[in-house]
Amino acid sequence: MTLNRRTFLGASAVAAATLAAPMVRAQGKPRVVVIGGGAGGATAARYIAKDSKGDVDVTLIEPTRTYYTCFFSNLYLGGIKDIDDLGHSYGGLAAGGVNVVHDWAVGVDRDAKTVTLAGGGSLPYDKLILSPGIDFVDGAVSGWDLSAQNAMPHAYKGGSQTELLKAQLKAMPEGGTFAMVAPPNPYRCPPGPYERVSMVAHYLKANNPTAKIIVADPKPKFSKMALFQEGWNNHYAGMVDWIGEDFGGGEVSVDPATMTVTIDGEETKVDVCNVIPAMKAGRIAEIAGVTDGNWAPVNAADMSSKADPDIYVLGDASQQGDMPKSGFSANSQAKVCANAVRGALTGSKVFPAKFSNTCWSLIDANDGVKVGATYEATDEKIAKVDGFISQTGETSDVRKATYEESEGWYAGITADMFGASV
Amino acid sequence: MRSVFKYLAVASLLGLPIAGHADTGDAEAGEKVFQQCKGCHQVGAGAKHRSGPHLNGLFGRKAASLDDFRYSKSFQRAGAGGLEWHADTLDVFLENPRAMASGTRMSFRGIKNADDRANLIVYLRTFSDDPANIPEADPTAQALDHDLDPAILALKGDPEYGEYLSGECTTCHQAAGGDDGIPSITLWPEDQFVVAMHAYKTKQRNHPVMQMIAGRLGDDEIAALAAYFKDLEN
Repeated sequence: MTLNRRTFLGASAVAAATLAAPMVRAQGKPRVVVIGGGAGGATAARYIAKDSKGDVDVTLIEPTRTYYTCFFSNLYLGGIKDIDDLGHSYGGLAAGGVNVVHDWAVGVDRDAKTVTLAGGGSLPYDKLILSPGIDFVDGAVSGWDLSAQNAMPHAYKGGSQTELLKAQLKAMPEGGTFAMVAPPNPYRCPPGPYERVSMVAHYLKANNPTAKIIVADPKPKFSKMALFQEGWNNHYAGMVDWIGEDFGGGEVSVDPATMTVTIDGEETKVDVCNVIPAMKAGRIAEIAGVTDGNWAPVNAADMSSKADPDIYVLGDASQQGDMPKSGFSANSQAKVCANAVRGALTGSKVFPAKFSNTCWSLIDANDGVKVGATYEATDEKIAKVDGFISQTGETSDVRKATYEESEGWYAGITADMFGASV
Repeated sequence: MRSVFKYLAVASLLGLPIAGHADTGDAEAGEKVFQQCKGCHQVGAGAKHRSGPHLNGLFGRKAASLDDFRYSKSFQRAGAGGLEWHADTLDVFLENPRAMASGTRMSFRGIKNADDRANLIVYLRTFSDDPANIPEADPTAQALDHDLDPAILALKGDPEYGEYLSGECTTCHQAAGGDDGIPSITLWPEDQFVVAMHAYKTKQRNHPVMQMIAGRLGDDEIAALAAYFKDLEN
């Protein structure tokens, strides 16, 4: 046969198609695909690869090359951390035996058990772990949508949005107004918006002391409320105006074109507007068909989806009973899930689920507070069984020790997620 | 107990994680129990005080702490004395309200059935802060009181072997179940027996003699003893 151009192209198209749909099954090894390389996904991928000692093929799909943690991002806004302190590469995971694919997962075929990638090709799985974090509910704040996120950043996913909000904070005119539209329950990191208020106030006190902060909140109360309000009075007297549900904090609309915020009918011109809309599970969970409403219900014992026993959902995207949506929770759930997935695939021993969480928040430099709890799996949900919270009126030594503990935790959880740096 | 152990044995064969003992009730059943309370108490959206205070946000609250309700002196004293409403204090209170606060206006005999109380408490819990949103909110379940490996708990003991081994126990513990200074060990639920013996074995329980005895018993032997003593009636 003579190769003419046409047949040559045909042949290479076949070859390309073969490449585009790679048969990655590595000699009958069970395959785990993890979508999302944050506190849930990175931890699960690392633990399964590490503990199965090569007996399970683990692929992590994560679009970003450098992961910027959302936790501690408020400390960057406050000038206490550098943005580079928050960035982590996936090199340690790759070196630890995880196949790291930098791409977007755009489809899940639950019958064929494959994940489709935006870059083409698909990955087969025996067990799929979804840890996609959050997306925002459309139309949650009147006047705001994703196209407005440059004028009015959410800064509720780590990285560029956080840096944008910091730039806007720095550019505020003297005596200007920083507005925050706080989210309704449930949302990622319950104390997060209030730690952000504290850190913004910390920055402004040093750089723009006559500036004001307004918070429009659809909730009547929030986590660590007494601690934050005590701290705002002590450190930033007169700067923070929190408008809760009782005073119309939920009746909010924004106009990104004119930089105005209307709270309970009263319009205010602002200089920075941080809109944190209502949240839902990261979109791929919805595409996979494992959500019910905004979140993905899971079985508490192993984090498996109630819709599909071969899919697990971790962290913020899951409907996780009493656990707050936090990086700590996701990391804790990931270890329970990794143990269960490895057991299902290799017959290794599966231990009962134990979960824990602690949320540290920084109110001012060296003024740290925390709330934490332990959880167990019941038939219905992950249930809180015990807990603790910092007290108002604690000494500065106690608060400093709490902050230092949070720094230790940050070093610990990021090492637990990403492995030793290469 | 037997059916639970069947489940444990099957679960461990399949490598399934075993559900905890964390206490939960059925909120729907609890709503029915609440019918008895409705004459005086409201709960839920728009709930107001009636002859009794509304019950929203009850969990974690100090007794008699709502500003706009006129509490009895008895409850005011209880609140000042540190009484807070949690699942455990509510359970005691609901069993016999007058035993806890004698001068209260709450003329209610109490709920004797423990399941009814548990269901009612779970129902009322849904109207207080959710720990998912307010992590410091009251717990919704009780912890397992041990962290024994489920594989050990799932071991099926041989009662005949247990009978043979029990000779060492009955030197001190009466086979007839009497308690004259040395506790009775008959008719215990198997899991409690196993948990207790392992707690001695690992020295989490303090008693030098029991630590010594349990220390040289293997997992199968402890299971056998538990299987024997659980049915021992004289």
